[in-house]
Amino acid sequence: MTEELHEIRLRVNGIVHTVSVPARRLLSDCLRHDLGLTGTHVGCEHGVCGACTVLVDGRPMRSCLMFAVSAAQHEDITTVEGLAGPGGEPHPVQRAFAECHALQCGFCTPGFLTLIAGYLEDNPDPSEEEAREAVSGNLCRCTGYQNIVSAVQRAAELRTAEVVGGPARAAEEAPAPQPHSEGGHQ
Amino acid sequence: MSTRLLGAPVQRTEDRRLTTGGGSFLDDLGSDACAAAFVRSPHAHARIRDIDVMDALDVDGLIAVYTYDDLTGPMAEPLPLLIPHPSIIDGRTPYALAREYVHHVGEPVAMVVARDRYAAEDAVERIRVDYEILDAVVGVEKAMQADRIVHEGMADNVAAHLVQEVGDAPAAIGAAPNTLELDLEIERSASIPMEGRGVYARWDSARGGGLRLYSSTQTATGVRAAVAAKLELQLGQVEVVVPDVGGGFGLKIVHPWPEEVMVPWAARQLDREIKWTEDRREHFVASAHERGQQQRVRVGFDDGGRILGLDVQILHDNGAYLPYGVIVPIVTSTQLLGPYKPGAYRVEFHSLYTTTAIVTPYRGAGRPQGVFAMERTMDAIADHLGKDRVDVRAANVIKPDEMPYDQGMLFQDGRPLIYDSGDYPKMLRMITDLVGWDDFEEYREQARAQGRRVGIGLACYVEGTGPGPYEGGHVQVETSGKVRVATGLTSQGQGHETALAQVVADKLGVPMSDIEVTTGDTRRMGYSVGTFASRGAVTSGSAVAMATVRLRDKVLKIAADALEADPGDLEIIDGRVQVKGSPAQGMELGTVAVLSNPLRYAFDAASAAATQFSGAADYDRPPVPEDEAPGLEGTDFYSPLRCTFASGAHAVIVETDPATAEVRILRYCVVHDCGNLINPTLVEGQVHGGVAQGVAGALYERMAYDEGGQLLNASFMDFLMPYASEVPRIEIDHLETPSPLNPLGVKGAGEAGVIPASAAIAAAVEDAEGFRIDQMPISPSELFHLRRRHARGEIASVPRRPAHRSLTKEN
Amino acid sequence: MKPSAFTYHAPTSLDDAVRVLAEAGPDGKVLAGGQSLIPMMNMRLAAPAVLVDINRLPGLDTVRVDTGGVRVGALVRHTDLEDDAQAARTVPLLRQGLRLVAHPVIRNRGTTVGSIVHADPSAEMPAVLALLGGSMEVRGPSGTRSVGAADFFTGPLETGMAEGEIAVSAYFPRPAPGSGTAFVEIARRSGDYAMCGVAAVVTLDADLRITAARCCYISVAPVPLVVDMAEAVVGAVPASADLSAAADLAADRIEPEDDIHASADYRAHLARVLTERALAEAAEAALRETAGPGPHTTGIGAMR
Repeated sequence: MTEELHEIRLRVNGIVHTVSVPARRLLSDCLRHDLGLTGTHVGCEHGVCGACTVLVDGRPMRSCLMFAVSAAQHEDITTVEGLAGPGGEPHPVQRAFAECHALQCGFCTPGFLTLIAGYLEDNPDPSEEEAREAVSGNLCRCTGYQNIVSAVQRAAELRTAEVVGGPARAAEEAPAPQPHSEGGHQ
Repeated sequence: MSTRLLGAPVQRTEDRRLTTGGGSFLDDLGSDACAAAFVRSPHAHARIRDIDVMDALDVDGLIAVYTYDDLTGPMAEPLPLLIPHPSIIDGRTPYALAREYVHHVGEPVAMVVARDRYAAEDAVERIRVDYEILDAVVGVEKAMQADRIVHEGMADNVAAHLVQEVGDAPAAIGAAPNTLELDLEIERSASIPMEGRGVYARWDSARGGGLRLYSSTQTATGVRAAVAAKLELQLGQVEVVVPDVGGGFGLKIVHPWPEEVMVPWAARQLDREIKWTEDRREHFVASAHERGQQQRVRVGFDDGGRILGLDVQILHDNGAYLPYGVIVPIVTSTQLLGPYKPGAYRVEFHSLYTTTAIVTPYRGAGRPQGVFAMERTMDAIADHLGKDRVDVRAANVIKPDEMPYDQGMLFQDGRPLIYDSGDYPKMLRMITDLVGWDDFEEYREQARAQGRRVGIGLACYVEGTGPGPYEGGHVQVETSGKVRVATGLTSQGQGHETALAQVVADKLGVPMSDIEVTTGDTRRMGYSVGTFASRGAVTSGSAVAMATVRLRDKVLKIAADALEADPGDLEIIDGRVQVKGSPAQGMELGTVAVLSNPLRYAFDAASAAATQFSGAADYDRPPVPEDEAPGLEGTDFYSPLRCTFASGAHAVIVETDPATAEVRILRYCVVHDCGNLINPTLVEGQVHGGVAQGVAGALYERMAYDEGGQLLNASFMDFLMPYASEVPRIEIDHLETPSPLNPLGVKGAGEAGVIPASAAIAAAVEDAEGFRIDQMPISPSELFHLRRRHARGEIASVPRRPAHRSLTKEN
Repeated sequence: MKPSAFTYHAPTSLDDAVRVLAEAGPDGKVLAGGQSLIPMMNMRLAAPAVLVDINRLPGLDTVRVDTGGVRVGALVRHTDLEDDAQAARTVPLLRQGLRLVAHPVIRNRGTTVGSIVHADPSAEMPAVLALLGGSMEVRGPSGTRSVGAADFFTGPLETGMAEGEIAVSAYFPRPAPGSGTAFVEIARRSGDYAMCGVAAVVTLDADLRITAARCCYISVAPVPLVVDMAEAVVGAVPASADLSAAADLAADRIEPEDDIHASADYRAHLARVLTERALAEAAEAALRETAGPGPHTTGIGAMR
């Protein structure tokens, strides 16, 4: 009853890995347990929660809804461990999450970070409503999402500043947001 | 001069690792461990006739299969009833593996250990259990009827029964000029953290044996004691380390879970590392739920709306077993009172067994149900008298000059229910100002003209937080100047590492970056209770503050000796001890640490300074003075006299779609008083998250058991945890009434956000629709049917509400 | 929640794929996007012994648009079809429906053809195909055939495809000139399967009178249910069309059932409400289509 193994080649965060996996090995498990990239979390294994989201050829996808053998057909996979820049400087969305207190327990966070990193590539300047819609396919049980939505917009600011002036200038040019003032009927 | 860190919106120190994939959650550990999986009952109630494992034995990668028959000694006994209480009539708890009967779907029947989880599930699938199916008991009405009995040997399904009385409520109600009766219901929901439960055990057979256990838990010391008892080990043989925990919300305070004793037991049996990571389907059926209650309220009140007598009967669904005792219905019974003086009060609960998942505290822990009862009652009184709903509340609240206020009952911690501080009239003013209560009728008219239906509601709560018995803090300065802090309770996202570092930074005078905080590790702090009841900041915050003060005294004493100054003339700024007014005269904290530990051997330049020939010595006293210990550390424990009482009020504006009966929250306003704020950003985060769970419980989530005890929505497809698209933006105003009971003046903040949500949203939907809302949660489908029943005259209308509050407010 | 073991094939030609699938018989399953299949496998509700991964097959990832309609290959991801401007211009209902399919991350991987083959009566894209009278091209051991939508959906999660057949593409015909379409639905949460959803197409003549109108219903029948609304609205201008009569026609045909999210009565009520909303929106789109580019303000307020 020994299961057949498939040797596959996965390029993850720019590094090519060769692993032997059974066909049923989920990409999420392959990343976590075969490659040791435990930043990708598993929250439901039926594709609803989004904790396992990774970028597959730049597009956010659920790694629990892919077999590693299928994923090997793709060019490149990016996990939360691969979001930082070449010099290790955090990705704008990673900085924005810390600045905006957009995480509490941190379990869902990697899925949000990869999702938003992918989203901002196509949508560099989302409105609050668009930011909320962008993160509406991932579940978070801690934050109530408000600060995550703020972080999407903050990440967009930081990212724009980075594109213009590089990461060093980004922080100076994009001052941290002030607390929102509230009031009035909608 | 460094700025004060207590009260500052400091960024979290946890976030660096958690945003880079550097967190260590339970399943991130033990990459070489074997995997456990469990055969679970597919039936709500059944007798096990036979378990046939033959087909599983040739599964590739199988290591072991265990059933109840393999267990001996304490492992073969039921799991503990953690919190005994005199009201418990017959407290049943499960076995680690089902012995003869199963009492809910998901109950573990057999354990498989295999090479990995895939193989373990292959084996689970091939184990055949022959069940004699017995009657399911679902819902408190069926449980109370007792036509069918959950547990063998019981005559009914009543696990516990308690009556508490302050004054003679039936008489007060009988004599009151006005009376009302309400029948209310709240359905089940659950904590549902994004990370499920998980246990990872390593057995070391050397020197009599030792166990290292990692658990995704809210109590390291609790797990240690519970597992030690089951495995017949000394406490000293068991280390429990709590890694990053992906949310708990109360669920993970329960211990030991069946899996939490089976995994280390099997690790010892097999002398192998074993890990069990709960999957989502297991989590829904085999962890714990909360909330399910029916309530009957009788209230008597005067023409001013002041309550004269209140009589509440509660049927509480405790599920199949009672491992956590009756904390939830006790909390409901006591916290129902909220910020009000009810006159005479009688509350009675029956806690009932049903053949469903166990019920243990979920954020709020019985308070949402209690607040629902009280606040629905307040609205009913207002409508009965034609008064504004805020006015009725104002007439009943405790005034600041009545603090401390003794409600005359015993709270869940067995100590008196005495409110320490609070300003409830101001809280009411703040919430009505924030939401614009007095302008709402104008808004309603505008909306009505556009064919829109809107409504407003509010609800208040008081939350006993920070119960004892105690927590500890340990603060140590290394010779590098780095400060290591430990407390025993655990962290599930609250930001304890940051908040406790703020306390230390503020009290000691060191930068945040020099402080490292460890929580939930029995190796660092063996005496602790756990993280529950919004107690982290109050208990561990106070303990760490007290330990820091002790440490600071020692720092100043040693430095004063060395600097030949008076300790009172010294200050610590940015990690440097110096003489006030002449900062050049001073030394780094690390140097003080060196001086605190006289040495024989030199290991590096710093320790060389502390060796015996390194400098002037006082030959008249020993190197370590009497009554002192070497090293620069301080330990202290904070044991509160009783709980401190946080409070708050929520106001909600909803719009209900006249055609589709969808409910949309237009505004969600929160006034929140948790005493002094250690970090307002973290507190607001707690409020946001709590409100999201409150909205979830009011409009989306429920545990849909059918009559046969099958959970029909045991997945994220059908258990409707809200996405960002369903949670409103939350507006917060803080009120800070310090607690007089602890050195920081803080009150707990963890649970508050969730507590009044169902009550406030029910009130707003009721206000929009014009008829009573007595049950929560409410779905569009249910609202649609309520509209039909209302149209048929089966549900009473809410009378048209006064457009303005009375202007003769006494607050 | 780990899938059972299976034998994996990733053929690189359609002929090989068909052969392997035929050899597997009833134990074989096709894997395209996997966004419906893999959750079922993880829960072990599906345990195919053989999985034929068609993601390496060449030529199936294209969207071909001509004046007659849009042909969508079996490996076209929802997102790619949604982003295809030409497809959206030719058959606007594609984008209108796709925006309602789960969440963007699922659409990044899931395929439109796969969703249609899965034939969930709550899914949007089967309804789009059914409403437009589209067809599926399927390849089996005995060759290629085209199956019209009316014959394709035979029951919940059941299609007219035979064992061993692979869906190669879906064809969505362009609605007649002067047509407008809409897709409206009510779900518990954003991205959830709808409690009820209605796709509508309304066609106007040069006098802006309705010449044809159809609706397709999801979550209220065992298959995507197409109801011809001609009887109720043909001949009327949109502003005076009797939408309530159209809702009556729907009410006669749907077969809603109770579940934990909504009662049958509520679904039936939603079907009525959404019939009116969908027809109104589709008529508004038809008016815009008829008028050509530019602002248009005729009528819809009056319709409601």
